[in-house]
Parts: sequence; structure tokens; C-alpha cells
Amino acid sequence: MLALRNVQKIYGEGAARAVALGGVDVDVQPGEFIAIMGASGSGKSTCMNILGCLDRPTAGSFKFHDVEISSLSNDARALFRRTYLGFVFQGFNLLARTTALENVELPLIYRGMPKAERHRQAARAMKAVGLEGREHHTPGELSGGQQQRVAIARAIVTNPKVLLADEPTGNLDSSRSHDIMKLLQALNREQGLTILMVTHDPDMAKYCTRHIVFSDGHIVDDKRMAA
Amino acid sequence: MLWESVKLALRTIRRNVLRSILTLLGIVIGVGAVIALVTLGQGTTDKVRADMAKLGSNMLIARPGASAMGPPSGAESRSFTMRDIEALRAGLRNVRGVAPTSNKQEKVVYGTASLDVTVTGTEPDYFTVQDWSFIDGTSFSESDNRSGTNVCVVGATLVKDLFGGSPAVGETIRVGNMPCTIVGTLAAKGQSAFGSDQDNTVVMPLRTFLRRIAGNTRIATISVSASTADDLAPVQASMIDILRDTRRVGENEDDDFSVRDLTQIAATMSSTTSLMTGLLGAVAAVSLLVGGIGIMNIMLVSVAERTREIGIRLAIGALANQVLTQFLVEAVVLCLLGGLIGIALGLGLAYTGATFLQVPFVVNTGVVIGAFCFSGLIGLIFGFFPARRAAQLDPIEALRHE
Repeated sequence: MLALRNVQKIYGEGAARAVALGGVDVDVQPGEFIAIMGASGSGKSTCMNILGCLDRPTAGSFKFHDVEISSLSNDARALFRRTYLGFVFQGFNLLARTTALENVELPLIYRGMPKAERHRQAARAMKAVGLEGREHHTPGELSGGQQQRVAIARAIVTNPKVLLADEPTGNLDSSRSHDIMKLLQALNREQGLTILMVTHDPDMAKYCTRHIVFSDGHIVDDKRMAA
Repeated sequence: MLWESVKLALRTIRRNVLRSILTLLGIVIGVGAVIALVTLGQGTTDKVRADMAKLGSNMLIARPGASAMGPPSGAESRSFTMRDIEALRAGLRNVRGVAPTSNKQEKVVYGTASLDVTVTGTEPDYFTVQDWSFIDGTSFSESDNRSGTNVCVVGATLVKDLFGGSPAVGETIRVGNMPCTIVGTLAAKGQSAFGSDQDNTVVMPLRTFLRRIAGNTRIATISVSASTADDLAPVQASMIDILRDTRRVGENEDDDFSVRDLTQIAATMSSTTSLMTGLLGAVAAVSLLVGGIGIMNIMLVSVAERTREIGIRLAIGALANQVLTQFLVEAVVLCLLGGLIGIALGLGLAYTGATFLQVPFVVNTGVVIGAFCFSGLIGLIFGFFPARRAAQLDPIEALRHE
């Protein structure tokens, strides 16, 4: 479904030249739950940003169902992003002083969905992450785990093909982290959602079906796990 | 989407009430000043026009002395004589009347009440020329004038102050040292354009006035009313010719009198008010410009402050255009809010000012709508640059922003 071919990302020029990705090949099949691991600075976040269409590769090709993405205009990439991808961040990135339901509705607003339909879908996503009854709480009134659930609800409300999660458990304690991982695993198994997750915690990676390990801008390990 | 943006903008503005209000101040003051000035200016212009109309229509006034305005400049200028009046009556065409007048301040006494009044000596034509109408009684007659009888016509202020509003015709008042019988009372005219009460007046036959009140034979002014506005210029020209002739002004000498057209004075006064309105309006426009820059400044701050929020929005599917719209709408809503407050403030100020200056309060709907739209336009213009900056943010950079 997603295919990276010899993707490079180089920052700066001359003496300041820094290679973030030095030629990476990745194929993602539908329904995979991939853990992207590696030390900080290993290139895993850069790779994630490219897969998330937030960044462009310096060289190489990035295809989604045989459509070359890296050459699209900014607006076309934004359209691609909002049609097929969902994002979950380490820092939750919810809008403060905005209710959970409104946060979840936000992607739908940008898609121009009518209010009633929006409410229905957002409420369904809230239910899917187990946050029924918390719709009208603001992020400040929710625990970290609950906030991350809202963020996941916001990411899946648009029915994306791929969910990109950047250290989704990085700010959570161990028990909450396992809750979130179980939720992601359920979404992957029950709805067939393809998930790419950056993590450096092997405990969290255990939930995944595939581990890709980065080091110094290269993939050093790529193995599928027994389900 | 647009409605969502408006709601979002209102919410953002509510969150930063104090900052929003301070930001709006420039727009509020600008719009308020424009509205107040235009409204007051319009009221003043209307009042000047109405006042001029009250003075008499198509009126020309001759005064001795070359000076254009103000009182006759004393001894060096010869006053008019009855010969001048007769020559004008004989020579002028297309006039409704020719009225010689002389004035003096005198104390008027009735019973125990007294009042300082402008006493005017003139001829019956005066009431035609000045567009005075009678509410009671009539004018004194030509024969009253010829024989110099002790009769007079009184203004509304006098009737109110000396007679408490009860009928005055037939009563006798004392003007200076002269007892005088009232034959008519005049309809009220109100204040003149120069602020004096036109109704505080006693009008009597010229001869009576010159003999018994003034003690001389000087005629201070001659008022002439032309039949139509088109006749004003030719009548003015022939007045000058006739007066030069009767006053024996040599061919190479300047006029020793002046003939003024009241409509010209009205036009001058209106143009003065509109010039003032224009100048102050320009000041207000500068204030609007400053207000616009304030909006731009605060929007830039807002974009910088909300970089992370913009990053989130871009990541979850907002297009650059949608972010642009959101910030543009916010700036416009902010400015329109300022415009509304400014309009309310301006109208309030104008109303207070109008009451204070005793001019009519005339709301110019066009200007109000114009000011409202203009404040929106300011938001659009000055909000564009910050909004574009927001729209062009790189989502990764924006998300990393703390």
C-alpha cells in the first residue's frame, strides 16, 4: 500500500550537511501494525514525517497505491493527508479549551461535513475509544490517557487508511500506555486499520506485528512477528 | 465552513477580551470619529440652511461702508437716506419688496416687567422681505409710517416674557420713553445663524423709530427680496448701480456701501462646515489606518502564539486556504466588532454634541453602513498578511513549536 524506494532526506548543505535518511526502502501492507524503533536521531521520525506527508524526501520515491506522492503540490499532499491518514502525537496535541467532542469533530469540519452528520460520527469515534460520557470535557479536565484516547478518536473519525502514531505512549505511565496499546491493537485487529507507530519502548512494540529498527539513517532490522 | 470560522473567531476574541478590546480601540476611535463628525457636520449644515431660509428667501442686504460683513463701520460711512430707498423702489425690477431698517437696543416695559429688546424701525415691506408671518393682528400701515404713529409689532419672545403668552394686540408697552400700541404679533423664528434670538424684537414704523427712539435720520441697512433665485444677480447689480448714483459715488471711486447676497453667505458657511468635516474626517482616516496596523500587529502575535494550534489543524486536514480563511475571518470579525462599537460611540457622541450645540441630530445611514463595511475592509487588508503567514507555516515546524 505504502512504498518507500531509496528515500533520502538530507538537511543543510556543505559542512552543515546532515543525512537524516540515507536511502530507505519500506513496503507497508494493509492491516499491518508496525513499530518503528531506534535511538533518537536515527531517522525514524524523519521517515515517519515523510510517510505522513508532512515532509518531502530529498531523493527517492514515495508511492501510495502506485501514486507518486513526493512530487505532489502542498495542497495536493494536504488533501491526500486528510483523505487517507490519521495522526496521533506524543503530546496529544488537542486544542485547549475546546471540548473533546469538538476536537474530534475538527477534521470533519475541514472536510465540510454538515453538523448533524459530524456530531454522529464524532460520537461514534468517542465510543470506539471508550470515552462515552466525556464528550463535553475539555482536555484540561481529562487525564493523559483520556486525552490520548480523544486524539485517537480524532485520528480515526475520518476513517483513514493509515494511522500514524508518533510515540503515542511517550507521555503516559506504564498502565495507561498498555491501555492505549490495547486500544490501538483492537483498532488494528477489528477494523483492519493499518498503524505505523514510532516508539523506543520494546514493551509497547510487543503489540505490533512488525518491527522496523533504524540506526544512523538506515534500516538495520525489519522483522515480522508472530501474531 | 465560513460560519464555523466566524464562531471560532468569536470564541478566540472572547478568550482574550482585554487584548481584543485594546486592539479594537484604534478602529473604534476612527469609526466613532467619522460617524460623530459626519453626523454633527450634517446637522450643522442643515441648521445653517434652515436658519438662512428663515432670514428670508432670495434676500439682498445693503449696508453702508465697504466692509463686507459686520456692523457699519461708524462715522466715515454715510448711512442711507429715504432718497436711496425711493430710487431703489423706482428702479428695481423683479423684487418683492424693499425695506429700509435701523436697529437699536432698548428697554421695553409692560406693567412691572421689562426686557432688553432689539427695536427695528422699518416699513411694512419688511415683513414680506423677511418672510415674517403674523399669528395675531397685522402689520402697521403705510399711513402709520408716514405719520409716525406710536404703533408696533412684537416678536414671540416678547409676548412670552412680558405677557406670559396672553394676547398682546391692543396693549400698550413702553419702548424706551415712548408708549407704543401693539398692532400685531409675529410667528416665532428661533435663533439666527449667528446665535441671536430673532424673536426678541419690536418692529415699528421707520419714521416713528427715527424720531422717537434713534433721534437721527440714519438708515442702517436696506433689505431687498428678489422674486426668484435667478433674479438675485441682476437685482444685486442694479442695486449697486442705483446706490452709486444716488450716493454720488464718482466713477473711479470704490463703493462706499456693500450689497450682500444671503444665499452666498449660506453657501460660504456650508462650505466652511464641510471643509471642517473633511479635515477632521482625514484625521479620523489616519486613526483608522493606525487601527488597522494595530489589528495587523495583534494578528501577527496571535499567529505566533498559536503556531502549535495551526500545526495541529494542518496535520488533521486543514488546507492552507482554510487556515488563511480562519485568520482572515478573525481579523474581519474583530474589525467589524470595532466598527459596531465605533458606530454606537460615534452616534452617541453626535447625539450629545447635537443636543449641546442645538443642531438637529441627522443620522446619515449611508455613512453608517459605509463605516461598517470599511472597518471590515480594514480587517481584510490588514489581516491578510498575518493570515497568509499562518497558512504558509510548515506543519512539522508548527507542531514542534512550543
